[in-house]
Amino acid sequence: MRKRVNLRMSGLGGQGVVTSAHVLATAASKEGKFAISNPFFGAEKRMAPAESYVRMAEEKIYDRGELVYPDVIMVFHPQVITMGKCYTMPFYEGIKPGGLLIINSDEPLPLEKDDIRFLEEQNIPIFYIPATTLAVEIAGTELATNMGMLGALMGATKIVGLDAMELAIEDRFGKKYVASGGTATLDEAIKKKFAKKAQLLKKNMDTIRRVYDLGAEWAETLKTPMLV
Amino acid sequence: MDSKSLIGTYNKKGQKIVDPDYLFFEAPRERHFMTGSEVVREAIKRANVDVSIAYPITPQSEAAAMVGDLYVEGYVGEYFRGENEFAVMSECAGASFGGARVFTTTSGPGTLRAYENFPMWVGSRLPIMLNMMVRGVNSPLSIQPDTLEIGLIIDTGMLIWHAESAQEFFDFLLKGFLVAEEPDVHLPIAVCIDGFFVSHTKDDVLIPSADFVIPPYNPYRNPMPAMDMESPPVRMMRDPFVMKSNYISYATQASWQQETRAACERSRKHTIRLLGGLIEEDNSDAEILIVSSGTAVAQGREAKRLLAEEGIKVGIVKIKTIRPFPYEEVRQATKNAKIIFVPEFNVAGWMAREIKSTIPDNHRVIAGPHVAGGMTMPPEVIVTEIKKVLAKKKETVHG
Repeated sequence: MRKRVNLRMSGLGGQGVVTSAHVLATAASKEGKFAISNPFFGAEKRMAPAESYVRMAEEKIYDRGELVYPDVIMVFHPQVITMGKCYTMPFYEGIKPGGLLIINSDEPLPLEKDDIRFLEEQNIPIFYIPATTLAVEIAGTELATNMGMLGALMGATKIVGLDAMELAIEDRFGKKYVASGGTATLDEAIKKKFAKKAQLLKKNMDTIRRVYDLGAEWAETLKTPMLV
Repeated sequence: MDSKSLIGTYNKKGQKIVDPDYLFFEAPRERHFMTGSEVVREAIKRANVDVSIAYPITPQSEAAAMVGDLYVEGYVGEYFRGENEFAVMSECAGASFGGARVFTTTSGPGTLRAYENFPMWVGSRLPIMLNMMVRGVNSPLSIQPDTLEIGLIIDTGMLIWHAESAQEFFDFLLKGFLVAEEPDVHLPIAVCIDGFFVSHTKDDVLIPSADFVIPPYNPYRNPMPAMDMESPPVRMMRDPFVMKSNYISYATQASWQQETRAACERSRKHTIRLLGGLIEEDNSDAEILIVSSGTAVAQGREAKRLLAEEGIKVGIVKIKTIRPFPYEEVRQATKNAKIIFVPEFNVAGWMAREIKSTIPDNHRVIAGPHVAGGMTMPPEVIVTEIKKVLAKKKETVHG
């Protein structure tokens, strides 16, 4: 694993892109790593582009703000690519060689030939994971898509452990949390869906664990190691 | 009544009032991982705030909402939402005139809408704590950080501090009350952070127990007479004689306004003690320096690291207090520098102007790199700018 890993999460408003970044950074912090997470979005809208970033390292991190040169890009919705709902064009702009691309899609997307060639040349594998489908299957709601994406990342890279993630999830969903209006509404929606908080925490972790295993299986199929 | 006599007693919420120095420098601290908005909650919880008034605008809304929670929990005496930002700042003035410790937050367009109040607070010597989470104010509009807003309040007469990180933000908020309320200062203070890059960013912060609070504001330490129709500055506004250019009005305006500026200067000694200096230096005897404030410094630190990998040595000077400006400190810290880069998150380059007007041989100052309108400034942009300028220098020398 690189000494410093920069992650960019590109998705659509309402998918939990910001929440995932904060949860992932919190998990890294629980493991004693240095981490910084922050969101980037315009005026809030469902389905409009939203991004968030996590920086993790063994050393203190000062860098903050929009992340231009990521090691890992996680695409939370196919429309980020197919409809260009992305702050960067192409969606992988700035990715470092030997990085990783995780895309939430039931099937491989029809990428342009140039894009495929670029990613191959830069030695960047693409991990397609049907995170929304799995979220509906395991947690019974597409609002757990972000948990699926985190599971995929963790399984494929082991960037943080499941125990630390469980603590981070408890931190975020287990107590009162003040967020912007849109996020608060979604929080309420998902709390109503799960009669009890404990059930919400469990379903989130179930999703992460299941997809974690799929991520680990996928990583074993790689011929060359990533993020070295 | 001296507020020091309250040390060791408990406030209404049951928190123990402690010597501020104990809270700042000695009390054990625990590590937390939180956003800048949450930092506001934690600082205000320990600040014995009497009144807080809020109005929503991104990116300060979350922090303002959390102060509302503190009111519900009994940590803050009074809290409500004003009619608009102008009303909020006027209401803050009313509360402060009444002898309350007042805290409020603002951002970008809200700051500008409320602007008229800031020099009025200064002239009225109200030690209000204003947290500015700065963002874009221009068109095309942006909710992301832009420090133009700080440049626009620079000459209001307020104390202006600019925090780089969540940790500094926590400490500045608490220490700011103490400095602003000193009888020989007694001025409003703006504690500024870059919106989103600090407000919405999760970062490590060391925080002492919430069982402790700083002493409450003691209105009897206010150096001003009670504000009524018979005393300045209200009397001046009532009486037409000061509106005219005559000897009395000249003397009144000059003495009053110069005294408020002098009060700002007098805050140095308190600030130096509490913040450990008005600037922070890292390897500042290098020939190439990055000098700035806020998260532009954070980006500069990463640029320093990247350049060190290529064998290029760079030093950092961080300016913590924009007002009072650390003139002498900046002159000393930059005396060996051959080139001084001033990265800024605004189009105007007001920080570069401040530095140029402070140091000798100011052709050494490169005003940049700049980004504006909420754009990001990756460390690589600073590295590129520095290398570009260095390459040009070489050309000049050899060619």
